[in-house]
Amino acid sequence: MIEVPLVLELAILLLAAFLGFEVISKVPTMLHTPLMSGANFIHGIVIVGAILVLGGADDTFTKVVGFTALVLATANVVGGWFVTDRMLGMFKRRPEPKQEKETRE
Amino acid sequence: MISDPDVVGLLYLVTIACFVVSLKFLSSPRHARKGNWVGGAGMLVAIVTTLLLEGLENWVLIVIGLVLGSVVGVVGARTVRMTAMPQMVAIFNGVGGGAAALVALSEWHNVDGPVWDETISIVLSALIGSISFAGSVVAFAKLQELVSGRPIVFPAQNIVNIAVLVAAAVLGVVAVAGVEEQWVLYTLVALALLFGVMFVLPIGGADMPVVISLLNAFTGLAASATGFVLDSTVLIVSGMLVGAAGTLLTLLMAKAMNRSVTNVIFGAFGQVQTGAGSGRAADDGRTVRATTPEDVAVQLSFARKVIVAPGYGMAVAQAQHDVRQLADVLEEAGVEVKYAIHPVAGRMPGHMNVLLAEANVPYTQLFEMDEINPEFPQTDVVLVIGANDVTNPAARSDPGSPIYGMPILDVDKAASIVVLKRSMNPGFAGIDNELYLDPKATMLFGDAKDSVLKLVAAVKAL
Repeated sequence: MIEVPLVLELAILLLAAFLGFEVISKVPTMLHTPLMSGANFIHGIVIVGAILVLGGADDTFTKVVGFTALVLATANVVGGWFVTDRMLGMFKRRPEPKQEKETRE
Repeated sequence: MISDPDVVGLLYLVTIACFVVSLKFLSSPRHARKGNWVGGAGMLVAIVTTLLLEGLENWVLIVIGLVLGSVVGVVGARTVRMTAMPQMVAIFNGVGGGAAALVALSEWHNVDGPVWDETISIVLSALIGSISFAGSVVAFAKLQELVSGRPIVFPAQNIVNIAVLVAAAVLGVVAVAGVEEQWVLYTLVALALLFGVMFVLPIGGADMPVVISLLNAFTGLAASATGFVLDSTVLIVSGMLVGAAGTLLTLLMAKAMNRSVTNVIFGAFGQVQTGAGSGRAADDGRTVRATTPEDVAVQLSFARKVIVAPGYGMAVAQAQHDVRQLADVLEEAGVEVKYAIHPVAGRMPGHMNVLLAEANVPYTQLFEMDEINPEFPQTDVVLVIGANDVTNPAARSDPGSPIYGMPILDVDKAASIVVLKRSMNPGFAGIDNELYLDPKATMLFGDAKDSVLKLVAAVKAL
């Protein structure tokens, strides 16, 4: 990783907070559950940390901790993505003729 | 292998851009699914980039971990029922928070003489991650009804909780002050886990949307703190985006209940109510009128406009498909049908929308509270299906009521109201609903799914 000065990291954090508020305040109430599970998926990015820890582990303690973290984070990423996709696939504009429901999707 | 740090940085930047775009796409249900694919692509870039970094070892463990986690994730995501979505979101929150805390633990274990800002990040990541993990597991257990969904309280609860949190914070300060013993962080994690359990336990059913949003924000912030530990911009930004989402939802939910977030956390909802001077309306001689599916069917078929107000009861009874069927039958008979969605109906933000979407109800038929409230006076029949507190007129009229001031669906302004309800038990807030005593209201008792099916049959028989 590139060493970034702390103040710069804090500046990035601050901007991300404002950006997050700005983008997410545009999400309609209707999509709040997919927003939550989508956000769930995004915090699965901690998988990067888990890989780094496990990949750099040389004692049993770190291996166990890193492995557990990796399993949890992967479940988070994969599960979060599939749940969100499944949910979003259900939102339809108007009812389709029933018999063609599957094909028209 | 990628060795150039600039290339690595750029690839992570791609991930950040993808995440922001995926959230941006969520502003409309038309693009939302595409957005999720963009987010997925971003995540893939980040994972592949990390795997290609130089000097990684333990490949066997990494591969097993990735496969195991993927299997758990896919199976969980594929098999979960839409009504169980709040639990699912809670548990994914938990695993993310847990992973963040574990990464912090291992950094603490391995870094010799960390500098103060690194220690602060480790402490925050471990603290928030652990609270989120334990809290989410309890929230999951409550929603899954492994433990009682009702508030669990004991004397001096708030004082004990705060004491635990303060103790954890003190240990954090000790660690930052330079005491680099292993036990400091272990004890801190143990206390944070304890706090996580104790802070969710007393929070009751209807407050769950607030808690889940809050835990979502916590996990995001924990991931962000982990980013500071590892000097990883992608973690800092992504974590913060989630932190912002969770915070925003928490505030929205609390606002929709006219309560402050602190009140939700420390108020133990079901508990405060009992003494309040509410729900005494029964004393003035008005009574609840029960009705039959046949009568309701006649009412519905001859109505011009019907509004359905669903609540958690519909989710519990898995009645969403049957509700949709009823709406179809009515629409064929020329009745206009709309759905009124209260922001905190159900157990998580947007819960009702997802359930009705699953039942193929087009989202153009779903209306938010502010949109639909002016329409109730022109509505012939309102069907209240398993919703209680969000329709209680006491929120407008009775200053003594614990939900006084909470914005509600103005169902009492419709020409007639039919309430589908299992029994006369009060809702999760534990208070009586004056709506049931309204002369315009009738009650159809029974399981929501059963009742709706009977209604469908009765309407068809007409």
